[in-house]
Amino acid sequence: MGQPLIELRGLTKAYPGVVANDDVSFAIKPGEVHALLGENGAGKSTLVKMIYGLVKPDAGTMTLNGAPYTPEEPRFAREQGVAMVFQHFSLFDAMNVAENIALGMENPPRLADLSARIRKVSLLYGLPLDPERTVGELSAGERQRVEIIRCLLQDPKLLIMDEPTSVLTPQEVEILFRTLRKLSADGTAILYISHKLEEIRTLCDEATVLRLGRVVGTCTPRKTTASAMAEMMVGETLTAPARAAVASDEIALEVTGLKARSPSPFGTSLRDITFTLHKGEVLGIGGVAGNGQDELLGALSGELRSDADTIRLGGQPIGRRGPEARRRLGLLSAPEERLGHAAAPDMSLTENALLTGAHRQALTKRGMINWSAAQGFAERIISRFDVRTPGPHTAARALSGGNLQKFVIGREVLQDPRVLVVNQPTWGVDASAAAAIRQALLDLATNGTAILCISQDLDELMEISDRFAALNEGRLSEIRPAQGLSVEQIGLMMGGAHGMEVAHV
Amino acid sequence: MDLTAISPTLLIASLMVAATPLLLAALGELIVERAGVLNLGVEGMMITGAICGFAISVETGSPYLGLVFAAIGGALLSLLFALLTQLVLANQVASGLALTLFGLGLSALLGQSYVGVKPPSMARLDLPGLSDLPFVGRVLFSHDPVLYFGIALTIATWAFLKFTRAGLILRAVGENHTAAHALGYKVVRVRILAILFGGACAGLGGAYISLIRVPQWTEGMTAGIGWIALALVVFASWKPLRVLLGAYLFGGLSVLQLNLQAAGLAVPVEYLAMSPYIITILVLVLMSADKSRAPASLGRIFHASS
Amino acid sequence: MLTLERRPEPNRRVALLTPIIAVVTTMIVGGLLFGALGTNPITAIETIFWEPLFGEFAFYYRPQLMVKGAPLVLIAIGLSLGFRAGIWNIGAEGQYIIGALCGAGVGLAFYPTESWLIFPLMVIAGAFGGFVWAMIPAILKTRFGTSEILVSLMLVYVAEQFLASMALGLMKNPEGFGFPGSRNLQQYASAHNAELFTGTGMHWGVVAALIAVIAAYVLLNRHMLGYHIRLTGEAPRAARFAGVNPTRLVLFCLGTSGALAGLAGLFEVSGPAGMVSIDFNVGYGFTAIIVAFLGRLHPVGILLAGLLMALTYIGGEIAQSNLGLPAAAIQVFQGMLLFFLLAADLLTNYRIRLARTEAA
Repeated sequence: MGQPLIELRGLTKAYPGVVANDDVSFAIKPGEVHALLGENGAGKSTLVKMIYGLVKPDAGTMTLNGAPYTPEEPRFAREQGVAMVFQHFSLFDAMNVAENIALGMENPPRLADLSARIRKVSLLYGLPLDPERTVGELSAGERQRVEIIRCLLQDPKLLIMDEPTSVLTPQEVEILFRTLRKLSADGTAILYISHKLEEIRTLCDEATVLRLGRVVGTCTPRKTTASAMAEMMVGETLTAPARAAVASDEIALEVTGLKARSPSPFGTSLRDITFTLHKGEVLGIGGVAGNGQDELLGALSGELRSDADTIRLGGQPIGRRGPEARRRLGLLSAPEERLGHAAAPDMSLTENALLTGAHRQALTKRGMINWSAAQGFAERIISRFDVRTPGPHTAARALSGGNLQKFVIGREVLQDPRVLVVNQPTWGVDASAAAAIRQALLDLATNGTAILCISQDLDELMEISDRFAALNEGRLSEIRPAQGLSVEQIGLMMGGAHGMEVAHV
Repeated sequence: MDLTAISPTLLIASLMVAATPLLLAALGELIVERAGVLNLGVEGMMITGAICGFAISVETGSPYLGLVFAAIGGALLSLLFALLTQLVLANQVASGLALTLFGLGLSALLGQSYVGVKPPSMARLDLPGLSDLPFVGRVLFSHDPVLYFGIALTIATWAFLKFTRAGLILRAVGENHTAAHALGYKVVRVRILAILFGGACAGLGGAYISLIRVPQWTEGMTAGIGWIALALVVFASWKPLRVLLGAYLFGGLSVLQLNLQAAGLAVPVEYLAMSPYIITILVLVLMSADKSRAPASLGRIFHASS
Repeated sequence: MLTLERRPEPNRRVALLTPIIAVVTTMIVGGLLFGALGTNPITAIETIFWEPLFGEFAFYYRPQLMVKGAPLVLIAIGLSLGFRAGIWNIGAEGQYIIGALCGAGVGLAFYPTESWLIFPLMVIAGAFGGFVWAMIPAILKTRFGTSEILVSLMLVYVAEQFLASMALGLMKNPEGFGFPGSRNLQQYASAHNAELFTGTGMHWGVVAALIAVIAAYVLLNRHMLGYHIRLTGEAPRAARFAGVNPTRLVLFCLGTSGALAGLAGLFEVSGPAGMVSIDFNVGYGFTAIIVAFLGRLHPVGILLAGLLMALTYIGGEIAQSNLGLPAAAIQVFQGMLLFFLLAADLLTNYRIRLARTEAA
């Protein structure tokens, strides 16, 4: 194994205002599983986009099998044997599996022949898949299979996987890893992008760590501790959030038999959700993406209505109330999607502060807006939550993900909620911002607020939750104390392998 | 009222004629919308095609050349829309409206010297044997070539979307432009081509009105057919064969309405004349219950960096 | 190679500049077009933009600016509310016709009674007529999800047929010697929307337009409802999250724009036009769409854009009689203006850069 399969030398790419990659070099040997490790915003995505031909480097060279490699576009990369599984799937909901796969291939055979090949290859790698099914109806794990099969049908020499396990249950991760190991044994190199250290330790042979666009270290994950890798990745040691809260017995929010139809055609409807939330408690809700998280947040925020009695806030039925009425009563929420849902991208932070703060912060009087009060509220959020921005006049979309998330969470936290519902509070946020947000949530709980935290990050949930439950196909699992739960148990609560068949490898 | 004045033979034959401009424009718009673009400028492109085709036919004496230039004229106008929405990233609704307003003005300007002129007529395509069949012959097999072209285009569009790779890519772009881009497809290029095709079809449909159906030139003569074509695409749930069905239904209604006017039905002319528009609204109401068939990226702006 | 680079936030200064860029570009390209039509471009542009304001007969044309500008501004203000929220009423022409018919109908019904109550009643009827006509697409949209674009547009054609039927039938002047068209309201004092000050062109429609501009300004900048309208246009999901009821918003935006268009129709039929006739409507409802965009959907901008558009109408008529410029040329000119405006809008959100090509 002398010659590397692919070698990157001095890759540099700058965008206006940021250097996404600065002099990045590393090499991958055939059959090697190579980890690319880094925080959000470290430049991992830009780097793989360059390898896949979606972005052109400003400087630096790549060689593939010793020959210069300059992919003009993805088609060229695919011809050379480089394939990629995207983090946010590049799939077409309204089309079937075979059509989706055909779109990712250069010279697809006739649809009937392709279907047969899909069946064969998917069985071979332990990822059974029905080519006739509409992709929009598949679970996240199955959708990922479509992407993987699409790559495998082209016999790739290098397979790039961008954060593949963020949408899988622990059991599904096991299946995926088995497939990847088999591929690696067959000689396919894998570039595995992740920020999950334990995964990398179990799967990868080599690791390159990126921080702020630069390579800050390389290591052999099996021989390195997770904490050593974390320090390389983050550049500082982070203090785990501390909590002093003791949940009381007083019920803050009671949800009984909640049902809600999903507003989107391929969404998941909520089925018979029941739980109680006590004052000062953090209830963590886990689950794989697309199992009803958005719908649960919508049903609690008031965007989706239900029968009056199904949701009670401090004993008062509020199922029929809209978002503004619920806010007045003290039920606040922060949705997952920052731009476009929690905040309006082109509006200023002052205007976005008004979005949920109008009543509780007394920013309006008989419908007339007090703009200076709204600006004052925005300024309070900015200073209390250390939001890095030139000022409250800045448009929301000009903020980085972490800063906007701090603003969005801060906006609700500062309004002194009785109950706060958050969905993916630290998604796509850098580690220090994430730590600050988690700490803010815990402090709020200490002061007696009941918190419902929906998240796909299990580590986060284990860190801050008192009790844990999982969403699976719109149903809520039983609720258990978070302390002492094993990964195995959590995985089963999340639906195990989702009944996905595992073929014999 | 004298219903016997309405001859079923003529009724069906003229129904097919009335349906053809609608069919052509709607097929073009269907392709545009399947690529994820909403072009509200159909009316403007039709009327531009109508005058381009008319003027060229009169000047050259060849209706065929007129039709070709009608398609070119419609496509050129749609190129403006393509530039605005695909390269300059303007709002599609506003750009489409601009196209219609501009097209109406432009056609009036171009058509000034053509009011009252008679265009060269197009020979009917007589199919030996078939055209002589009783009833069926006159109804189905004794029309101008464009009418048959419209039917052929319907089938071609259907086959293109269902069986070809290019059709698959077009649908992919309309369904999820971000994913299509990530896979390396040229979203903007595909959409510009679709828009040009839509413009050519609308232009052809417009020329069919000014050269064959009426045939003469008057300002604003498309009278909302472009808008009905837009409604027809919704009615057809973005499926070509249903567009054909819908076009014949609408064509039938407008012909029937004209026949009833001629037969002296005891309803004022104006109320009969508004019926196609009211029926379009009713049909839209019935069809809008099911929005799920609409291409998911319809009307959304695409920029590679976002 | 030129590439587009998204600005981190919209540039507000450029946003103010774009209409000016668009107007200047339109003048240049329009001049070329007029040149191609055999008219001296400079003379043509001067005739359109200078003559009505400062020419020999400016005393006659300046009041006309009010008369033509008022309906445009009134309609465009209403449209801009909906456009801001992503609700597309493009059938203002129909609402304008129905408003005129309802208002004129009330006036004609009282003929020949004289009372100061009649005109206010007509105003209410006019607004109500436009409102009802706009409620059709509004209710169909909220109940069935039907496209308000297509329905409101279809209703223009229906309204036009309705107008024809009224002008030839029910509202036909019994003393009109069989000619189509209603009685002339200018000769019926109680129903006449006369000039408030002689020679100024100032009639009640102008007053209504100014009130609408101020009300819209307050609504959009100071009131929660206006904030919700803007929020819905910018980020519909965020608006729902904020607690905006989309159904109510659709009803409000379409209803208001319909009522304002209806008012414009009423003031026109009872004033400058004087009577219900087959060709009563001259496309104000469509031109107002251009006015709304040219004014950047901002009330003050719309006021200015309305006056500018009125200028092109008047100047166009002068150019038609003095230079023989075809009427359609001015229509093309207006359409072109909207094109250039939409194109110039790009500069608000994107920067154009000279850069290396990138796989796009």
